Amino acid sequence: MSHAEDSIIVCRCEDVTLGEIRKAIREGAVTLDEVKRITRAGMGPCQGRTCRLLVAGEIARFCGKHVSGILQSKYRPPVKPVKMGDLAALELTPLSEPGHGQQSGASPECTCGKAVNGR
Amino acid sequence: MKTRADAVVIGGGVVGAAIAYNLAKLGLKDTVVCEKHTFASGSTGRCGAGVREQWGAEGNIRMCKAAIDIFETLQEELEYDYDIEFVQKGYLMLAYTEKEWEQFKANLKVQHRLGVNAVALTPEEAREIVPSLNIEGLYGATYNPRDGHANPFHTTRAYLKAFERLGGEVYCFTEVTGIEQSNGKIQKVRTTRGDISTPVVVNAAGPWAAPVAAMVGIDLPVYTERHQILVTEPVGRLFDPMLMSFSRGFYSQQTPHGSIIMGIGDPDEPKGYDIGHSWQFLKRMCDIMCSVVPALMGVRVVRQWSGLYTISPDAHPILGTVSGIDGYYQAVGFSGHGFMLAPIVGKVIAEMILDRPLSIDISGLDLGRFERGDLRVEPSVV
Ligand SMILES: Cc1cc2nc3c(=O)[nH]c(=O)nc-3n(C[C@H](O)[C@H](O)[C@H](O)COP(=O)(O)OP(=O)(O)OC[C@H]3O[C@@H](n4cnc5c(N)ncnc54)[C@H](O)[C@@H]3O)c2cc1C
Repeated sequence: MSHAEDSIIVCRCEDVTLGEIRKAIREGAVTLDEVKRITRAGMGPCQGRTCRLLVAGEIARFCGKHVSGILQSKYRPPVKPVKMGDLAALELTPLSEPGHGQQSGASPECTCGKAVNGR
Repeated sequence: MKTRADAVVIGGGVVGAAIAYNLAKLGLKDTVVCEKHTFASGSTGRCGAGVREQWGAEGNIRMCKAAIDIFETLQEELEYDYDIEFVQKGYLMLAYTEKEWEQFKANLKVQHRLGVNAVALTPEEAREIVPSLNIEGLYGATYNPRDGHANPFHTTRAYLKAFERLGGEVYCFTEVTGIEQSNGKIQKVRTTRGDISTPVVVNAAGPWAAPVAAMVGIDLPVYTERHQILVTEPVGRLFDPMLMSFSRGFYSQQTPHGSIIMGIGDPDEPKGYDIGHSWQFLKRMCDIMCSVVPALMGVRVVRQWSGLYTISPDAHPILGTVSGIDGYYQAVGFSGHGFMLAPIVGKVIAEMILDRPLSIDISGLDLGRFERGDLRVEPSVV
């Protein structure tokens, strides 16, 4: 592996280079979560949309496995970054499906876990 | 994988990692950590990683004080080549009700007696420390500059790497499925990758402490509960100290990287192992924090997740031996503050196992206290 390759930016959100990712893998990281926890690759605003597959490919190459055999990390909400002010301004209107939002106690705090409409 | 060891630590979270490192440091040769997933994949990797001396109960204050002493030189002690990001910018504890303010003042008395340099502040003085703070509705605040936070992934990994350098072995994706004992002595640990004979086993299994304790017939009085948390995009410095309030249930810190982490307790959260996330949390969290620091309104949430608290009946950890089972040790039930306690707990449990003088008295924190009815009380938990 050349030095030039090591300086390629793999995670653009967090400025993580291929060299840093390869170092973490050499030191024992064999899952996307471990690489993420060590280097921050995939923790930025795009949440790994660009670098996930590249990192998985690096792990796979190092471990001699197929990419499909590399443990993925979870996709976490929100799908796109959302301003805290917009979230605070949301009015949560309960859905009118049976068993949800029908009881008199239905309120913005409804915590039954079912989907709740935004605005 | 080894088939025999001097000690097996169950759990690769910050507590198991700290115990394992201290065992190796004190000279125990063949120590093994069994982790069913990857390092810090349990509560540790999901936590707020705040570290504070500002507690109400004497035991917690003493332990956290000793833990901060260790945190201050941990990076060098562990010779870690990344940064554990331990920063001491204080905790600013915010009182929004008269009752909370009275509690803070009572806590300060205990803290001062034990040598903690926390101070009481008026709302205006609090705003001098955090200019972005909205002081509407604030009764007062307390501030301790020695409090802070660290990076939970790197702290755990730093312990594990130092442990490995001292000859210890970490087995990830290795779940402990059984513990054998005979004549009241630990004999063997069964794992998904084979058996390990050992005279010593340490339960540092975090949320799974109760199922592990059940393997030796102990009924642990703990339960688990989801706590949700989120992180924003990195932004310029909005506040230095950790902000926290019990009446409003939140805590929030801005990491050295600039992103802001925040969590909030939910009094209606059911017991259990659910680690899903909800819209209701996002909304409530943003509502509250946008009123505490209005500048947050323009800051974007990047990710939300959740983790488990493992709660004991008196919100204090359950530490040490259990009578009748020679070679079994536990460090469990941290009740939402195990990250900050890990450095001192790791040290003391290792000292206990190797029969050394203990750095700090933890005799009142054994499992037996619940039978004796000798419960601790901690008024200041989120
Ligand atoms: C949202 C949130 C915020 C928090 N904020 C703070 C904070 O600001 N400050 C603070 O001090 N604390 C905080 N905490 C609490 C803190 O995270 C925990 O107390 C601490 O991480 C406990 O560490 P641990 O090593 O005991 O447990 P864990 O990190 O859960 O580690 C236990 C490990 O054991 C493994 N394991 C379990 N069973 C087995 C088995 N049978 N075989 C093999 N391995 C097994 C698990 O996979 C896990 O990795 C917070 C927690 C949450 C959820």
